Amino acid sequence: MASQLETPPVPSSPQELDDLAPMQRRRLGALRRMWAPMHDAKGMPKAIVWVGIGITVAFILMAIFATQIAPYAFDQYKTAEGVRFIKQQAPSAQHLFGTNVMSTDVLSRVIFGSRTAIEVVLLSLFVSMGIGLPLGLISGYHGGKLDRTLLVFMDAMLAFPSLLFAIVIAFLLSKTFGHGVVTAALAISIVYVPQYFRVVRNHVISIREESYVEAARAMGARPWTIMRRYVLQNVIQNVPIIATLNAADAILTLAALGFLGYGIQPTEAAEWGYDIQRAISDAGAGIWWTGLFPGLAIVLLVTGLTLVGEGLNDVLNPVIRKRPIEPVELPPREGAEAEPEPGDEDQT
Amino acid sequence: MKRSSSLRGYVITRTLLAIPMLLILLTVVFLLMRVAPGDPISAALGGKLPAAELARRKHDAGYDRPLAVQYVEYLKDVATLNFGTTILDNRPVTQVIAQNGAATLELTFFAMIVAMVAGVGIGLLAGAYRDTAIDLGGRLFGIVLYAAPVFFLGFLAQLTFGKWLDWLPTSGQTSPVVGATLQTHTNILVIDAIIDRNWSALQDVLRHLIMPSVVLGLVIGGIFIRLVRVNLLQTMKGDYVEAARARGVKEPRVVYKHAFKNALVPVITIMGLTFALLLGGAVLTEETFNWPGIGAELVRYLDNRDYIAVQGIVVVTGIIVVIVSLAIDILNAWVDPRIRY
Repeated sequence: MASQLETPPVPSSPQELDDLAPMQRRRLGALRRMWAPMHDAKGMPKAIVWVGIGITVAFILMAIFATQIAPYAFDQYKTAEGVRFIKQQAPSAQHLFGTNVMSTDVLSRVIFGSRTAIEVVLLSLFVSMGIGLPLGLISGYHGGKLDRTLLVFMDAMLAFPSLLFAIVIAFLLSKTFGHGVVTAALAISIVYVPQYFRVVRNHVISIREESYVEAARAMGARPWTIMRRYVLQNVIQNVPIIATLNAADAILTLAALGFLGYGIQPTEAAEWGYDIQRAISDAGAGIWWTGLFPGLAIVLLVTGLTLVGEGLNDVLNPVIRKRPIEPVELPPREGAEAEPEPGDEDQT
Repeated sequence: MKRSSSLRGYVITRTLLAIPMLLILLTVVFLLMRVAPGDPISAALGGKLPAAELARRKHDAGYDRPLAVQYVEYLKDVATLNFGTTILDNRPVTQVIAQNGAATLELTFFAMIVAMVAGVGIGLLAGAYRDTAIDLGGRLFGIVLYAAPVFFLGFLAQLTFGKWLDWLPTSGQTSPVVGATLQTHTNILVIDAIIDRNWSALQDVLRHLIMPSVVLGLVIGGIFIRLVRVNLLQTMKGDYVEAARARGVKEPRVVYKHAFKNALVPVITIMGLTFALLLGGAVLTEETFNWPGIGAELVRYLDNRDYIAVQGIVVVTGIIVVIVSLAIDILNAWVDPRIRY
């Protein structure tokens, strides 16, 4: 997304485009094709994407500069002078969001939690896409026995309630990788591999029968070339949508793992789900700040990512995309006195 | 004639496909539980028993035999619905499923009703009034509900309706007294109370049920809102909707008569998938509200390294999910002839 935002303004008229060198034109053409629906989008879908991007970028910045922004370390429970923070203290000037049952600063844990969340999401997206995408491509393109075997296997994986699956995997992996970011990310990735596989495979199968693929095959293109140039190019368009929606889901899964005690341990990193779990028993005592702030952080970040994904879907998905109706310009009729009205064509 | 035979063909193929799926599921669970270092007995009881006693128990349970033998034995057990006995508290897994599963069933049933009413209703409104304030509000509501972890909503509900307003109990399935006195017939407390005509107990049970089921139901409903909306938008672009409009059918009638029903077909499929999700959501809801369901039980056994119990519960839930998705697929094929390719 970001790389597209930084590109120079795309020429808006065909005349401008013609002035550019052919190579440049080709590159811009591809970018223009990708960007065009975003550009055409009007009203709500556009607003939704931008609000989502805004929220997501804010959290990414918070994650990058966590050390600079946060007033304390995520596991700090006493001042530099060695004075212990008061446990479950209400929000005050020293602790804007109060302190929790572990005597740590809630604000600092919320800020550092964004770093943990983004690390885990990036790692898990990378791993699950790295496995799911190629497998889906190969399985969908080749078909036959390989496809059927992989399909049954992946469907069996999908049949597991995903959270239970993630818990068991996290539990098993924690013996090798400890209770940190890597274990959580791997447990989450394993859950998403079958989903990527399914989406990519189904898409590939529908593309495989398209006439342009057939044409390429008839012209003697090698399977690898067809897969890369014609199939992957088309599948990849859907990836941003799936990836953002899955990232949102991954954050919820991470929080759920933490909530159940099978995610990231409090000594390793700050994690919102774990903090809410510790806060549940505070509710009975009317202590609201320990659970409210980490919860709001989850809701905001997941909402942001979902808005990006949903908005992109509205903008890119041709089935539900609403495009502005452009007036049809007909060549002047011979002998006609007046110019035909735009849209006349529809009525004839 | 042809129609029924093709449906039968679909049912048979689909059922046959479910068998390798189940087999893979069982194998993966078996391997996962054996990859874990040590055998179930030493994992659960190691350090609590002398070495000789541990070895004897291991031998009795057959964990010193080759893996292949154990695997065949395990498949035989599952085929005869024998899922073993928990190490922690010596309960047959089938009993755990029956007792705690009933609590989960009660919770998820009421949650599903909340989800259907809230999700389908708001989703339809948002889809029918596309790009208006109703649409924006409905969608935002749906997205925020989806974005809120069930335990966070639970925390807020406990704080608001439990602590500050003091309207509802925040944890457990009953008050202690009711829990001790209510007769067990079905393990589903609402039904048990009705069977006994114990109205005060019924009231107590329902009061405990409201908060967890509404919270879980709203979270699931958030997903329905999005799905129903998108599906309605897609069907609204269908040729038959266009045709209805062209015939001069009024817009509300187009939405409800022509688009709505067709928009619900994919929703049935998703509801089948949601069932697996519901089980996951139930784990979190149960932990939040101290609800003695199957999910909370699974976490407890996992905490205590009771692999037999974990394996049994995971296998049974997996089997249930496979059967439910099979049933949903068949239902869909019956409703929508295009699926029976």
